[in-house]
Amino acid sequence: MPSPQNSAAALEELKEKLGIGADKTHAAIGSFETPEALVEAGKKIYAMGYRKLDAMSPFPVHGIDDAIGIPRSILGWIVICFGLLGLFTAQGLMYYVGVVNYPLIIGGKPLFDFTFTVPVTFELTVLFSGISATIGIFALNGLPQLYHPTMKYKQFHRASDDRFLLVVDADDPKFNAEKTSADLKSLGAQDVEVVVG
Amino acid sequence: MSVVVRQDPQLLGVNPPLIQGGKDFRDVTNDISSITEAKVFETPMKYWIALACTGSVLALLGAMLAYLVANGVGVWGNNRPVGWAWDITNFVFWIGIGHAGTLISAILFLFRQKWRTSINRSAEAMTLFAVMCAGIFPLFHTGRPWRAAYWLFPIPNTDLNMWQNFRSPLIWDVFAVSTYLTISALFWFTGLVPDLATLRDRATGKVKQVVLGFFALGWRGSAKHWRNYEAGYMILAGLSTPLVLSVHSVVSFDFATSVIPGWHTTIFPPYFVAGAVFSGFAMVMTLLIICRYLLNLDNYITIKHLENMNKIILVTGSIVGYAYCTEFFIAWYSGNPYERFTFFNRAFGPYWWAYWMMMTCNVISPQFYWSKTLRRSIPFMFVMSIVVNIGMWFERFVIIATSLHRDFLPSSWGYFRPTWVDISTFIGTFGLFLTMFLLFARFLPMIAMSEVKGVLAHEKHAFAAPGTNQESHEEAPKHA
Repeated sequence: MPSPQNSAAALEELKEKLGIGADKTHAAIGSFETPEALVEAGKKIYAMGYRKLDAMSPFPVHGIDDAIGIPRSILGWIVICFGLLGLFTAQGLMYYVGVVNYPLIIGGKPLFDFTFTVPVTFELTVLFSGISATIGIFALNGLPQLYHPTMKYKQFHRASDDRFLLVVDADDPKFNAEKTSADLKSLGAQDVEVVVG
Repeated sequence: MSVVVRQDPQLLGVNPPLIQGGKDFRDVTNDISSITEAKVFETPMKYWIALACTGSVLALLGAMLAYLVANGVGVWGNNRPVGWAWDITNFVFWIGIGHAGTLISAILFLFRQKWRTSINRSAEAMTLFAVMCAGIFPLFHTGRPWRAAYWLFPIPNTDLNMWQNFRSPLIWDVFAVSTYLTISALFWFTGLVPDLATLRDRATGKVKQVVLGFFALGWRGSAKHWRNYEAGYMILAGLSTPLVLSVHSVVSFDFATSVIPGWHTTIFPPYFVAGAVFSGFAMVMTLLIICRYLLNLDNYITIKHLENMNKIILVTGSIVGYAYCTEFFIAWYSGNPYERFTFFNRAFGPYWWAYWMMMTCNVISPQFYWSKTLRRSIPFMFVMSIVVNIGMWFERFVIIATSLHRDFLPSSWGYFRPTWVDISTFIGTFGLFLTMFLLFARFLPMIAMSEVKGVLAHEKHAFAAPGTNQESHEEAPKHA
């Protein structure tokens, strides 16, 4: 049985793991008014040596990935694997049903043949790929995750409206609350804030 | 620089911005969100009256389906020799409607047609509701819809101890339509998540915050999110494109793989797909003209969007007309007397009125769109969108009923008449379709805010941020 002390300790440990808590510095965030300004600032802050960067914007800003060094998505590879799984599932299913489990001669047609399996195989390939793509988008982003420390940023709601936020993670080796805030300000960021929590 | 060239007043007339009214990002958020955020009493009374009307028609559908289950499938008019009639006509009609949604959201996305962003959300929603309406007909044609899963899907069971026949196009159809519904729903939801996050960030009440927060899945619009999102969106569009072509092709296989004269033709798959896009665009047009009027979306759904859709209606309508002629020519050229008879009988037999209705609505009426004035006239296009859908319903009816009612043996010839249940069920599906659409238009963002903002950012002249773009406005005349 876990004692109350133990569970409190476990909770602390969990908070530590998730990187949340009252005294945890999470990131420094600044906001920009246009996507161009964000990309420009992203390039400059990357040049300053910061590596753990992120941006938040109401729509995908083109060029920001390259500016702050975010690699390409691996989603395509995942989807290909699941698509192939769908293809083999369909072929296996129709072979098992037609030849092994329930052989039934209808109109003298073969029990299994590549040609008549094309439509179902195609549909299942698309189905498996589509489901894996959708789940993949969210799973790769670590969603659903209803709370995130950056949501504490006072202008966070603008990121889904009309502002473009640049985030420097506190895990960045170069991160220093005052220095990083000053750097963000020097790039023209407004409402610079160090998010704690 | 294209940005500057576009400000030339003369060119602006040729290629106007997609979003009118000088909107900025904030305006987009406010304009679209305010529709969903309005209080009950703030929603115009005409909306609730419309919802009450469509809800009553939906109740009619419920009553008709209950009546069918209680009495058996015999309450429909299908009988020998017309064993497939209104049920499958309505099924193909509704599935076809859905195709425009996928075309707009997926195919136009792959072709980088930016004008799709104002209409894709509602077109996708329309797809979902249309496929639901379509599904009702085969499901209830089984007579025992609660057991239909065992008959339709390969579920191991001790209930029947059998499997489906995978050599049958009907089972292909089950896979095609259910995949289509699933992928359309996923595509639609994926596109909705960033907008739900916007609504979540604006929500005031606790309940609203929790519900929207749950469905927004914690979306933060992080660059890392968008990277996977864009990759996934592209993949879904790439998957939906062949999928939508396959769905109506497979639907046409239900007919084309049979040996009935009038059905057994290789032209069916492309001809069905073109017809589906044709009717679907007409339905999107009907709905958007109404919503544009009711919800004041003139700046987002501009005349340019509507004109582009009319151009697609003109193209697909012409393809359909061409297919009718080819079909007729091949029937004559094949030298097959049964084939010849079927086509002669379609045009001049007892169903001549249905055939000529189809010809007038589908072949002649879209040709008016060669005129730019008519293409841009809202009253005209509203009437035309309804005319096209009437024509496309008749097309399916003509293909199905006229091919069956006079088959090889004159002794078994007949004439199909729908029963009152047939008619009420079909009307009832409009109740389902419109009720769902009205609820969607009121409670979810009808225009994809994040996508429209992306287009705005692209069309910089419409986005006047302090400092940056003001100058280019002033500079414009010099360059021009």
